[in-house]
Amino acid sequence: MNNQKAGRFARPAFGADMEEEDAMVLKKTAVAGTLESSDVMVTVTPNPGRGVEIELESEVKAAFGAAIEAVARRELELAGVEDAHLLLRDKGALDCVISARVRCALYRAAEAAYDWTREDAL
Amino acid sequence: MTGLMRSNLYVGGSSPGKMLDARFYHEDCIVYDLEDSVSPESKDAARFLVYNAVRYHRPPGKYVIIRVNGLYSPWLAEDLEAAVRARPDAIRLPKVEYAREVLRVEEQIAAIECTAGIPLGTTQLWCNIESALGASNAREIAGASPRITALALGAEDYTASMGALRSKAGWEIFYARMQVLEACRLAGISAQDAVFSDLEDLEGLREDLKTTRSLGFDGKTVVHPRQIDIVNAAFTPTEKEIHQAQRIMEALIQGAQNHTGVVVVDGSMVDKPMERRARTVLAQAQAAGLLTGGEEDEG
Amino acid sequence: MRDSKLLGSIREAIEAAGLKDGDTISFHHSFREGDLAVGQVMEAIRSLGIKGLRFAPSAVVNLANFSLADCVRDGTINRVEASGIRGELGDGLLDGSIVLPQPAILRPHGARPRAMEARELTVDVAFIVASAADERGNCTGQIGANPCGSLGYSFVDARLAKKVVIITDTLVPYPCCPASIGQRYVDYVVEVEQIGDPAKIGAGAARLTKNPRDLAIAQQVADVIAACSLFREGFSFQTGAGAISIACTKFLSQRMAEQRVTASFALGGITAAIIDMYDAGQIRTVECSQSFDAVAAGAILSRPGVVEIDNADYAGACGKGIFLDRLNFGVLGALEVDVSFNVNILTGASGRMMGGLGGGPDVAVGADVSIVALPIVRGRIPSVVERVEARCTPGDTVACVVTQAGVALNPRHRSYPMLREDLAKSGIRLASIEELCALAYSITGRPQPMTYTGRPVVKVEYRDGTILDVLQSHTVE
Repeated sequence: MNNQKAGRFARPAFGADMEEEDAMVLKKTAVAGTLESSDVMVTVTPNPGRGVEIELESEVKAAFGAAIEAVARRELELAGVEDAHLLLRDKGALDCVISARVRCALYRAAEAAYDWTREDAL
Repeated sequence: MTGLMRSNLYVGGSSPGKMLDARFYHEDCIVYDLEDSVSPESKDAARFLVYNAVRYHRPPGKYVIIRVNGLYSPWLAEDLEAAVRARPDAIRLPKVEYAREVLRVEEQIAAIECTAGIPLGTTQLWCNIESALGASNAREIAGASPRITALALGAEDYTASMGALRSKAGWEIFYARMQVLEACRLAGISAQDAVFSDLEDLEGLREDLKTTRSLGFDGKTVVHPRQIDIVNAAFTPTEKEIHQAQRIMEALIQGAQNHTGVVVVDGSMVDKPMERRARTVLAQAQAAGLLTGGEEDEG
Repeated sequence: MRDSKLLGSIREAIEAAGLKDGDTISFHHSFREGDLAVGQVMEAIRSLGIKGLRFAPSAVVNLANFSLADCVRDGTINRVEASGIRGELGDGLLDGSIVLPQPAILRPHGARPRAMEARELTVDVAFIVASAADERGNCTGQIGANPCGSLGYSFVDARLAKKVVIITDTLVPYPCCPASIGQRYVDYVVEVEQIGDPAKIGAGAARLTKNPRDLAIAQQVADVIAACSLFREGFSFQTGAGAISIACTKFLSQRMAEQRVTASFALGGITAAIIDMYDAGQIRTVECSQSFDAVAAGAILSRPGVVEIDNADYAGACGKGIFLDRLNFGVLGALEVDVSFNVNILTGASGRMMGGLGGGPDVAVGADVSIVALPIVRGRIPSVVERVEARCTPGDTVACVVTQAGVALNPRHRSYPMLREDLAKSGIRLASIEELCALAYSITGRPQPMTYTGRPVVKVEYRDGTILDVLQSHTVE
């Protein structure tokens, strides 16, 4: 694994069946995060039938673009979102920040509450 | 972790940059905040962020605390779901006024610990005392649960609840300081003094710390990194104090070996309180890394 | 008037100097981002249709009224030699969108006088901006409508360029006093509306940082200096103009007061914070190769111990002696440093040109204790890395690296035995450079290495003219 932080947040799916039953549908466009240094502003837009599209703007794209995208994909997988357009305007956020911002935007877009017991399997 | 709780720094749960920077300052305790520093529409975002930071980016060598939203706020339940699972050292409760409030939260925490597979009782509690009612019930609150490891005085809200004016000299919070301190001493937990809110006035902070330390507090809450080193220094014993404490302990050991009934240092008899103070000074010095002696020469 | 060198316009001066295709022109950078003269000169050159010039200023900074990149694109400039090329041109060279027939050459301040004396760099026409001049060319940066202070970087141009043009916005009656550059060097004088904006010289008293992270690093640097046995009566130092540097100057002043130590000299780019120390009797002489703010610019005139010095006296690589030979402490900023202590002050993880060499490599080799001060990470970019993307200062000349997460001493540095002993007594948290690197990566993750095209676009020269690194353009998606 090239990036140890990506490793932590982008680990392979642990409970495939859980994700299937939890497939989550996005209802609206939602934003989380800010454009301050060390943060990322994530805009999630429903993308029915067109799969996952990720757009990344980042000063550190060359060095960390792959890691950032892996974290975002991992969050989509965990949330069971199959169709979404993600715009990440990154200002040098660490993986744990990207994970938090993407997750927040996804649940806002789905107008759903996060089930914290999901964390107990980790 | 040093085991010391000289300084506890609030870090806003909405600012990833400040959270990252905070790990490198010298605060003993770091408090990730979900309450005052987070706007109502960002509560969910801060919760996710603080959860990830504490669970996956926990700053090493620090006592990690998450301050949740108010006991009667709509956010508390989910805050606890996230905060307990993030596995901090402690959860900090704002504006505690009754012991029964602690018991209610404790029940929720215990339930989450059970579900999450976290050993029951792992999550400690800090209670903010920030009203006249809280101060007057401090004794009862401090003893409400074995999870409670500290009470922290919040001066601004307390002062408002008293109809008093906040001043540099701090007489308006003197009684509350004593109530909190006494409660902590009776319960055997850490007593944390209120924020000194003028960030520009570092001399004033030093003056205030003289009071804080001489009264007997163990530490102080800070809201800006620039206060940390000054606060730590105030709670770190001086070379002279350490030397004196070492002499007292040496004299006691000598006395024990020689079966001397009375041990005398500098003409005063070493009594139990003197011994206790000497032990505290040495423990503080040890924790602050001042007693490493000659063992690190090849570093 | 008799013997007047005054001409009516920049254009006339260019023609009188005989500037032709393929020549070399130079400027100094004392106004930094406040410079308004380079743009006026280049505009005149373009209107005359002169092409294929070598552009060889003491440094290039981002200028509001002038695009160096445009001059390259239209062929006015086809070679660049400077200490840095931050901005559109540097970015364009690195991403391949701007192409020069030959790689740009970047030299530290101390290398430029050497290259000029060795005729590796010959300047045909030097355009020297002065805030006041008389019609015979005696000139200074200290008085006039828009003073910039020391002209130390242009003395070598005045001495060695074939033609010298002074550009001023304050023409004074003969003789101009004080005069930094004497009439014997000057061919032409031109008066213009405005040469620059002193308020934009940049770093200054107003910029004392409030960023607690930078303050913590600055304090740590001052602690390291104060812990050294060289920190004694008559010591010398250079702190520079970055946010950390200025804060460090303040903390150093406190330590000096506490330990009752005064300095024999402060050196290099001078800020108001240094002048405050001079006024307080903490520094005997202030040797200004550059003035970093209006206070420092004005101080040379009003204070006998604050003096303007020639860049060649400050840092020159081949003289009979320079101030840097006697420097005890030098504080350096950096973009990244690697586990061999090599320093990158040019390129960022974004693939852009983020800085210039300045005097960093010179100060590193000169100072007994050269301190690189930087945050362990900036956002997601690690600052302590396995290998720097651009090697600008050789690691063996760096004595220690100070971050907010710890101080690393360089075991291969000549001052290491002394530093190790001094700091062991101090209680300062020491770490190995490998530990700092591991810590940085543990926070950010390991960066993907940049991929390069193999086409050289920038040569990084060292003081003696050897090539330290060759930067290639990188591949972009």
